[in-house]
Amino acid sequence: MILDKSKTKSIRSAYGNALVEVGKENQDVVVLDADLSCSTQTGIFAKEFPERFFNMGIAEQDMMTTAAGLASQGKIPFASTFAMFATGRVYDQIRNSICYPKFNVKIVATHGGITVGEDGASHQALEDVALMKALPNMMVIVPADCKECREVIKYAATHQGPMYIRIARTNVPDIFDEDYTFDPHKAKVLRQGKDVTIVTNGETLAEVIECADILEKAGIEAQIIHLPVVKPLDDGTILEAAKKTNFIVTVENHSIIGGIGSAVCELLSENLPTKVLRIGTNDEFGQSGEQRQLMDFYGLTAEKLAKKIEKELKEKK
Amino acid sequence: MDKKELENLEEICKETRRNMLKMVHCSQSGHLGGGLSSVEILTVLYQKCMKNFPEWENSPQHNDRDRFVLSKGHASAALYATLAQRGYFETEELMTFRQIHSRLQGHPAKQYLPGIEVSTGSLGQGLSMACGIAMAMKLDKNPAHVFALMGDGELQEGSVWESLMHAPHRKLNNLTAIIDRNGLQIDGSTENIKCLEPLADKLEAFNWNVIEIDGHDIMEVYEAIEKSKKSDIPTAIIAKTVKGKGVSFMENQCSWHGKAPCDEECQRALTELV
Repeated sequence: MILDKSKTKSIRSAYGNALVEVGKENQDVVVLDADLSCSTQTGIFAKEFPERFFNMGIAEQDMMTTAAGLASQGKIPFASTFAMFATGRVYDQIRNSICYPKFNVKIVATHGGITVGEDGASHQALEDVALMKALPNMMVIVPADCKECREVIKYAATHQGPMYIRIARTNVPDIFDEDYTFDPHKAKVLRQGKDVTIVTNGETLAEVIECADILEKAGIEAQIIHLPVVKPLDDGTILEAAKKTNFIVTVENHSIIGGIGSAVCELLSENLPTKVLRIGTNDEFGQSGEQRQLMDFYGLTAEKLAKKIEKELKEKK
Repeated sequence: MDKKELENLEEICKETRRNMLKMVHCSQSGHLGGGLSSVEILTVLYQKCMKNFPEWENSPQHNDRDRFVLSKGHASAALYATLAQRGYFETEELMTFRQIHSRLQGHPAKQYLPGIEVSTGSLGQGLSMACGIAMAMKLDKNPAHVFALMGDGELQEGSVWESLMHAPHRKLNNLTAIIDRNGLQIDGSTENIKCLEPLADKLEAFNWNVIEIDGHDIMEVYEAIEKSKKSDIPTAIIAKTVKGKGVSFMENQCSWHGKAPCDEECQRALTELV
């Protein structure tokens, strides 16, 4: 597949614009933010529909439970802030006021992962997917590019139930074309291969695609599974790939604890014990740095991934 | 409200208290102290001041209904007994309280029982949800009024103050917060654990319309609620109450926050509530 990493676009703007689209279609769509509308780009919706936009100020707990109250009366609230603040400090609120009553609240968190960059550890959410995954009734989605983000937001606005949608701070290259459709039930096999399966989502997908090209030059055929929906997990696609390649690598801009690495391990050890290599941050906090530098330091660039996978395959033999 | 109606409401309060004793005794679990202090408030709301259920044939979810949030979710026994009195379900079902498969969950659960607006139990969240509801009413130009009942100990949760800041800012004059000011929490009096006074001043400083009443005087409760419906800004009613009200040996006792009465205690309590 053709991937032009030199041309990148703001996935957050894609989110903001998608909000306007769904806002036009459905009067019940409302948006909340916690003083970060310039960063999350919910500000784009705020300009179009000021009467349906609620800036809650630096009060994320209030934001989540206000969203719950709005949802209880049939509104479709999209609540946004950075992933760090959209999950940890509001965990009780999400669990008890949104998930337990199954309220139709869409938490769209930007700035997920290490690529938050210079702000450093306090702002780099590396546990958010793990936290959200553990909640009953919560659907967890990590879109990879602008097109997919738009489709996910459209899906969220038209389907019932609590959702956690995590998008990157970074600009991302286009991966999917105009006729891409978002399938909430099935992961996407983007590349066939027989030697190893790499499972990923979000902004690491672009790196994994490039990594597979590097591996190909080294004679290694990698299968790529893009897993935008972390929960509920598409068991079938993963099991099939495990049977075929006998070795799974998970790559995420997240801790190796509790994210897609853990999800894949849980599935395989119960159904088809297979060697899994989890790549992500290793139970550690992040640090300040430039985005690319951090991706490299934490082993998430195409080059670093290819090196690690090649080494692992050699040792496996 | 005339004398006859007042007497009728007093009788309903007594019956509600009797049912609460029986419920908590039956399941050997539940929160009597903070439930008993809220009885007059809940009774006046559901019997007199709120447009709700029996007005529309079997439709607890009728869109014109006034909305109620029990932010102090542990007072569930009081809410359920009030709803049963109002006809939401048969009084017999009250005895299933807190038992497995019951619709009457330990803390009010939205998916379980019609008439429950939102799920509560973890303190400090109900007022915020009530704000969200009030905002939805404004967006829809729905004239329904929204009520949230909080405990006073609950005001120690910081999240409450986020909503106390928010409601006047958002001009939610269709919202009334009622604080069950019984002065106690589990480990002692509120003033010993983390003092709330001067509470009225604080709420006024946050731009709320504040009304202070005797929370067990039905007439005062009624008048305060009615007044709050006409306010231009959100209203906070500080209702001075007695934890465990109605049962002499439970009144003003922290220990009766979440303890179930034994057979003898239940009998003794019921004889006081004739």
